Amino acid sequence: MHKSKASRWLAGPYLLWMAAFIVVPLFIVIWYAMTNADGRFTLENLTQIGRYSSVFARSLILAAVSTVVCLVLAFPVGYFLSRLRANKQHIMLMLVMLPMWMNFLLRTYAWMTLLEKNGLINKFLGLFGLGPFQMINTSGAVVLGMVYNYLPFMILPIYTAMTKIDDSIIEAAQDLGCNVWQILWRVLVPLSGPGIATGITQVFVPSVSTFIISRMLGGGSNLLIGDLIELQFLGNSYNLNLGSAMSLVLMVIVLLCMSFTSSFDESEMEGVV
Amino acid sequence: MNENIIISLKDIVVDFDGQKVLDGLSLDIHDKEFVTFLGPSGCGKTTTLRVIAGFITPKSGNVFFDGKDIADLPPYKRPVNTVFQKYALFPHLNVFENVAFGLRLKKTPENEIRPKVLEMLEIVGLKGFERRSIHQLSGGQQQRVAIARSLVNQPRVLLLDEPLGALDLKLRKEMQLELKRLQREMNITFVYVTHDQEEALTMSDTVVVMSGGNIQQIGSPQDIYNEPRNAFVARFIGDSNIVDGVMIKDFLVNFGGHDFTCVDRGFKPNEPVQVVIRPEDVQIVPPSVGMLTGLVREVIFKGVHFEMHVDVEGYEWLIHSTQASQPGELIGMNIGPDEIHIMARTEV
Amino acid sequence: MNKKQSVILQRTYIVLVFCFMYLPIAVMIAFSFNESKSRANFTGFTLGWYKSLFHNEMILSALGLSLVLALVSSVLATVLGTLATIGIHSMSRRAQLVVNNISYVPVVNPEIITGVSLMLLFVMAQNFGLGGGNGLFGWPTLLIAHITFNVPYVIFNVGPKLRQLDPSLYNAALDLGCTPRQAFFKVIMPQLSPAILSAFLICLTYSIDDFMISYFNSGTMQTLPIAIYSMTRKKVSPEINALSAVMFCVILAIILISNAADSRAYRKNQKEIRKAMQEEGAR
Repeated sequence: MHKSKASRWLAGPYLLWMAAFIVVPLFIVIWYAMTNADGRFTLENLTQIGRYSSVFARSLILAAVSTVVCLVLAFPVGYFLSRLRANKQHIMLMLVMLPMWMNFLLRTYAWMTLLEKNGLINKFLGLFGLGPFQMINTSGAVVLGMVYNYLPFMILPIYTAMTKIDDSIIEAAQDLGCNVWQILWRVLVPLSGPGIATGITQVFVPSVSTFIISRMLGGGSNLLIGDLIELQFLGNSYNLNLGSAMSLVLMVIVLLCMSFTSSFDESEMEGVV
Repeated sequence: MNENIIISLKDIVVDFDGQKVLDGLSLDIHDKEFVTFLGPSGCGKTTTLRVIAGFITPKSGNVFFDGKDIADLPPYKRPVNTVFQKYALFPHLNVFENVAFGLRLKKTPENEIRPKVLEMLEIVGLKGFERRSIHQLSGGQQQRVAIARSLVNQPRVLLLDEPLGALDLKLRKEMQLELKRLQREMNITFVYVTHDQEEALTMSDTVVVMSGGNIQQIGSPQDIYNEPRNAFVARFIGDSNIVDGVMIKDFLVNFGGHDFTCVDRGFKPNEPVQVVIRPEDVQIVPPSVGMLTGLVREVIFKGVHFEMHVDVEGYEWLIHSTQASQPGELIGMNIGPDEIHIMARTEV
Repeated sequence: MNKKQSVILQRTYIVLVFCFMYLPIAVMIAFSFNESKSRANFTGFTLGWYKSLFHNEMILSALGLSLVLALVSSVLATVLGTLATIGIHSMSRRAQLVVNNISYVPVVNPEIITGVSLMLLFVMAQNFGLGGGNGLFGWPTLLIAHITFNVPYVIFNVGPKLRQLDPSLYNAALDLGCTPRQAFFKVIMPQLSPAILSAFLICLTYSIDDFMISYFNSGTMQTLPIAIYSMTRKKVSPEINALSAVMFCVILAIILISNAADSRAYRKNQKEIRKAMQEEGAR
């Protein structure tokens, strides 16, 4: 395409927009995190976060567990889908994506009603004389909500990576003496590495930062980072400075996670080429 | 002669990132001629074409069209049109609209556009295709649309950038003849870029052999084939044997330990030269009557002829013959004076 | 394990995963027809919840706001983003890298952070007196927020398409007599328009679907997702079931229609290509 100097100016309005509404707000977060209510410099907000370490730990653990569960569930789905005939693949993909289009509040609400003490699942188990079990307001319910909401974000990138693996590569591995497990570990996992990396970020990042799922399925006892931040900005404990400090820490966590997966991604690519 | 020069390039220098792609190239193109730029990839042939079309502004040098300098004229004001390598047809327009594109820009009245487009489609053999979408055409058909799209604007010069490269062999041969026919019918200048020497020899009035941003030789296909000016041209155009020799005096050259009469003169006595002999010009005779003798190393059947690799005093010769010798056989070789081409020795 | 068994195993697994994904939605839709408010006992069939849903002022006005907001923000984001894409394309490689990386921030950052960072910006602006006595939060903040998270999707949708374009298309247009401006509007724009359209549709869906970022920047206004959120806080409200059913049907219809249109165009195209090949062969 033409690289005329004049067309560069077309990006002008967006560059201004980007500066005002992407770059500046991030610096404001940092500024708020480093000051107190009077606008004086302080590190108190950041040190205060130590008091909430259990919440941070819970967020990380639940998000990590959800990510692993998603990966284990999604990997076979991605593989099986990629081996179907083209027109079937198309329909199946649509089926994977369809729930994503539903608002996630509605999807989470669905589980709320299912998991209740006198909800459908307990009623069903009751037919066999089991339960009732306490399911809602547990950390298990939070993990379930995360897995349910974000599973398609794991399936799709893995599926995309898998479609690039030719059948003949798998046949060659068999021919050279790989059994099923060896094909999995030596061929499928390395070759779908970039897809797995993308999937991990796409599940972990929203899981670690959510406050809706924990609020709807976790009751009051399963506070996550997202809940803490929401409470500082719009909730009872209104404290923009502390909230900003928490946001900053969350951003660092997400950055670390992403640099981890992207390095995994690259090293796998080297292995492939 | 001078008045029918249509395009003239003078000392054109083009560099990309400091690397010289054209190094002071000068060239005259005559009106109504079929000119081919021939050379390996990276030789500067496509760059030269793009300089003429106006897509590349040379770092220095002039481009004259009909005697006027057009170096500063943007492509859309130049009286030339281009057929692009991968056709560059507009996928959002159908066949008719692609061909009509240039006419519409010139604000040609609507009632003139239709007959012109239809006539042009008929000339390229696509009558009845005007409502097809570009995606529904085969490679050969797309090629014809691209040619029609350019020719309908009645350019003085049509530039073609390896236009047959994406077609299969059979279709390519067909299109070669077709292009030659079109050039004669339209009676305009065609400037054609290719790396395929056979294509160049088949279609051209004049072949410009290029290498390393410079012109190696300009001439008719016969000249280029029979009288290559240097080893590069000789090697690039067809198979040839190039051996070192010494020009003893006018019309007498020594190589392979034997004196040969030849038709060349004008060299200094005993000047070292290179001798070019085409593989099909070597006659195989019994060893006892041969001017040279050689040992057959390998014989390959090629359909029309046999290709033989023959060892002659340490040089490997390539010989095409309709009769097969056996590997290990000793053969005699004769070469007529007309078949010996002498070049000054160059550093290659 | 023989081939047949493994195929059965694969199918079973896929069916189970899809059950997991669809059963909750199916249960919701089923219970939207339930006469009682119970979420475990089906006591009788009714369309009452749909009736009350379509008379629910809060839901309807939230839906209206969401649709208008989505439309306006998507149009603006598409224009801004398309111009930006073309501008970015003619920048130096380094500048491209910087701009693209910054544009990635709203895409990869947790939504909650995009939400609160914009909220802080608006709080600051409000402290400086912007927005007057009523404060800034409401329409302007929602619109800015939605445009901000939508523009990058336009850039990342249209950008690759622009890079894929055969550069000789632009040259061909110049060669046939277009000025650079004409070449852009007559040749480049039509090539980009499918990508621009799909970017616009993506913006629409993200905008309608967004809860997190709107939540922090809506003031007292309620978009549809915010209205849904406030309904879920009230524990028992079977209207949500009805709303889910309606949304599911709308989404399903959109997907089926666009799919049918796609595959029809594809089949037609394939047929024409076969025809062209035969003609080529016969010639």
